[in-house]
Amino acid sequence: MNQIRPHTGHCPGRSIGFYLVIGLLWLAALAVSPSRGAAADYGYIDLTNPFLRKIPIAIPQFRTLNPGAEVDRLAAEGSRLMSDTLNFTGYFMIVDPAAYLIDPSKMGVTQADVDFKAWKEIGSDLLITGLTALDEDVVEMELRLFDTVKQQLLLGKRYAARASDYRRLVRRFCAEVLLHLTGSAGPFESKIAFVSTGSGQKEIYTCDFDGYDPQPFTRHQSISLRPSWSSDGQWISYTAYRKDRAELYIRHRTDKRGAVVSQAGLNLNGGWVPGRFELGATLSVSGDQEIYLLTGAGDIVKRLTQQPDIDVSPTFSPDGKRMAFVSKRAGSPQIYVMDLGSGQSERLTFEGNYNTQPSWSPKGDRIAYTGMVKNRIDIYVIDLRTRAIAQLTRDSGDNESATWSPDGSLIAFSSTREGTSRIYVMTAFGTDQRRLLTLPGAQSMPSWSPGGIQ
Amino acid sequence: MRNKWWMVLALLVVVPGLLLSTGCAKQAVKADAEVSQATGQDQAALEAERARKAAEAARLAAEEEARRRAEEARQREIAAFQNENVHFEFDRSDLTPEAVAILKKKAAWLNANPQVAVMVEGHCDERGTNEYNLALGERRAQSAKNFLVNMGISASRLSSISYGEERPLDPGQDEAAWAKNRRAQFVIQ
Repeated sequence: MNQIRPHTGHCPGRSIGFYLVIGLLWLAALAVSPSRGAAADYGYIDLTNPFLRKIPIAIPQFRTLNPGAEVDRLAAEGSRLMSDTLNFTGYFMIVDPAAYLIDPSKMGVTQADVDFKAWKEIGSDLLITGLTALDEDVVEMELRLFDTVKQQLLLGKRYAARASDYRRLVRRFCAEVLLHLTGSAGPFESKIAFVSTGSGQKEIYTCDFDGYDPQPFTRHQSISLRPSWSSDGQWISYTAYRKDRAELYIRHRTDKRGAVVSQAGLNLNGGWVPGRFELGATLSVSGDQEIYLLTGAGDIVKRLTQQPDIDVSPTFSPDGKRMAFVSKRAGSPQIYVMDLGSGQSERLTFEGNYNTQPSWSPKGDRIAYTGMVKNRIDIYVIDLRTRAIAQLTRDSGDNESATWSPDGSLIAFSSTREGTSRIYVMTAFGTDQRRLLTLPGAQSMPSWSPGGIQ
Repeated sequence: MRNKWWMVLALLVVVPGLLLSTGCAKQAVKADAEVSQATGQDQAALEAERARKAAEAARLAAEEEARRRAEEARQREIAAFQNENVHFEFDRSDLTPEAVAILKKKAAWLNANPQVAVMVEGHCDERGTNEYNLALGERRAQSAKNFLVNMGISASRLSSISYGEERPLDPGQDEAAWAKNRRAQFVIQ
């Protein structure tokens, strides 16, 4: 049993100097595995539909180790952010602080000091405690996850970071919590690219997975559309108009590097092939719209479709062996799946006469798409094995452009449910639909990055 | 010091002014005398000259008016050419009979104006989804362009671009607006 002891004896700054010397922006350290027996336990969450029964979790305001207005602020912000971040996943029900039987400002934070019964009594199966210390501009947090029913420490970590980076520190612990409970670290290290008209023209922007810190990515001042991320998360490709042509741009996320695909006709961006530096694109250089496989440098590897009608919107299976796309070959736009080895295609959707924008789930078992029925545009998901279709949005404006979080648990999409098009997030089962962010202008075409790029 | 400068300035301006004004008076008197002597002999010639100039002015004005009218007519033709769009059915890029009639008129005008080059823009209504609409818009532009080429317009005078649903003419959200937005539009380059 290797647990964190009460942190009262010495200043936490002792270890901080060491970490700054090794140059880390922030440091996950003194990671305390509670015990061999309490290793990852997925029994808490039913992974077949984890959002049916949310796990009640209490996250009382973090305690502080040393006095001061700034450390008080960090403790309050940190615990609030942890509630928001875990709530974002859709797995949890955050217990209302008004129900607490214990004053958070006086409670103990370690296994020895936590009054488990008081938390179990208000229905909280899980509890997170935090202890915050501030030394100059370095914040240190000890964070613990408890099972109040088993009265057991599930996870204990101590982190240090620059105070301005406390957000990453909180997210790192949230990822540990999710990894422990679900086996997947969640979407916390991912970003979302999208289109916004805030400047008057459609430009590409990026923000954190939870809508935090939106930043402009393009400044073409024309029309920029449909961003997508390379499978290593380092490149963003998109379509933009220059002069009299829609071109495909492949740009590095941070450096001024990249390529432009500018064949005659349309050059439309598509999805990237997981695990490879390749992407699908729609080019009409042959005279009609066909899907091509391109290298990340913009060179044509091969032409994938050979039909005289519209073929567009490629998205690839996680193993890179199959591609879903939209084709009008049967008279109306429908989703097809192509085996890239044999080149054989199979029609996937038969309901309705307008199914577009396929997005292959990171787990590989399902494809989300946009269907139009009686002028209503909604997000649907089709199970590739059973072909069962689930409608995820309804009676709430037009809903388009589904994109999966890297862990497959969430879907971002655009909706006109509040009038202007904005970006929303829901669980993969359609529950917990809420707006991701509010910016000037209209937002559309979200694209969720792979994990691990924060 | 400053007073001295003022005096110099006054002398420079005022004295030559006086000299000039007396000079002018003398010349004016002389000119009057010349005119009165010439009156009898040149009256007829002057009248003829005046008439000739008036006729010339009238002719120029008429020409200018004709030019202006021709230019206005041409601008109307250009506006008619550019403002008359070809419309499409939902999710279709084939030409309706109305579209064919409009395109025949456009072909005739392009034949009569061989120096004109045209960009054919394909557009969609806001229903449906963006990427598919970019492809559909391109097919609409190509349909219209191919028809004009088949009518004998050189392909080198025609280019095409798709804007999908990005440039609606009518922001409305009803069938009337959608029908207006499903179009090929013709822009003289």
